[in-house]
Amino acid sequence: MSQQLQNLLQHVDNTDKTIINHLQNGFPVCESPYRAAANQLGLTENELIERLQKLLDDGVLSRFGPMYHAEVMGGALTLAAIKVPENKFDEIANIVNSFPEVAHNYQRTHDLNMWFVIATDTPIAIQNVIQSIEKQTGLQVYNMPKRKEFFVQLKLEA
Amino acid sequence: MKLDSIDRKIIQQTQAGLPLSPQPYQDIAKTINIQAEQVMQRILAMQKNGVIRRIAAVPNHYRLGYRYNGMTVWDIDDQYIDEMGAQIGQLDFVSHCYHRPRHLPDWPFNLFAMVHSKTEQGIKTQINEISRILGSYNRRHDVLYSTRILKKTGLRITSS
Repeated sequence: MSQQLQNLLQHVDNTDKTIINHLQNGFPVCESPYRAAANQLGLTENELIERLQKLLDDGVLSRFGPMYHAEVMGGALTLAAIKVPENKFDEIANIVNSFPEVAHNYQRTHDLNMWFVIATDTPIAIQNVIQSIEKQTGLQVYNMPKRKEFFVQLKLEA
Repeated sequence: MKLDSIDRKIIQQTQAGLPLSPQPYQDIAKTINIQAEQVMQRILAMQKNGVIRRIAAVPNHYRLGYRYNGMTVWDIDDQYIDEMGAQIGQLDFVSHCYHRPRHLPDWPFNLFAMVHSKTEQGIKTQINEISRILGSYNRRHDVLYSTRILKKTGLRITSS
């Protein structure tokens, strides 16, 4: 583990861990929700707000708030992959990333070495984006929309 | 799900995050010029109908020390995939679990499960655990590790 990463981890103390573990599961909707959540954790309202701000500033939390479900809102999402020749990787990454509909893009260990999520306001727009990417890159896009999402118990223990 | 213009305003005000202030729903209400009670009712309604999955903290895996993040992919007979997917989704180290289409012959895998661990040994144990549960329903599998984040932005909806 790098020294830099160790320093970052040391900044997350037990109280931070309790906050992260607890607030992954939900947050109240009431007039003073931070006070309500803080009471459950044995903290003051101010302490909870300040710690959340610091965890966000430090990048320990990537987000805090409502998690919206794109498909329920009428939008569409898909996972897509491309086999990119190594010597053209950065060039192709720039083309793919230039689409505002491409939300995430990762390099992965496989012949299909570029994996990205396309998010659009309507299902039909997904096809248009895929066709444009294929045209601009000259490469086949493997479209892998979900057929079914299985329920998960997500909780990464801090 | 039908969203009206007030719902969309609430979504726009909160998609980057909930205000870190003592009365966040009141603050949202002031910004879009409605009552706090109305903001809370609509957020509760959106939670109920699934537009909001939950209001929560989203940790950065790497910053919590989860350095091994693998996309495990499995080739399962379509007949059994619902049963197998439900079992794999229940494992506490699986953060996402999906049935997706194959692209034969290049891509024979139809079950995707994202796994996360702080150690290399830990992720191997997790993959073995999935493999054990799937047993003979699994014809072959692979694990794709991310080697670089090329782009990461939040999902954005437009005001239309």
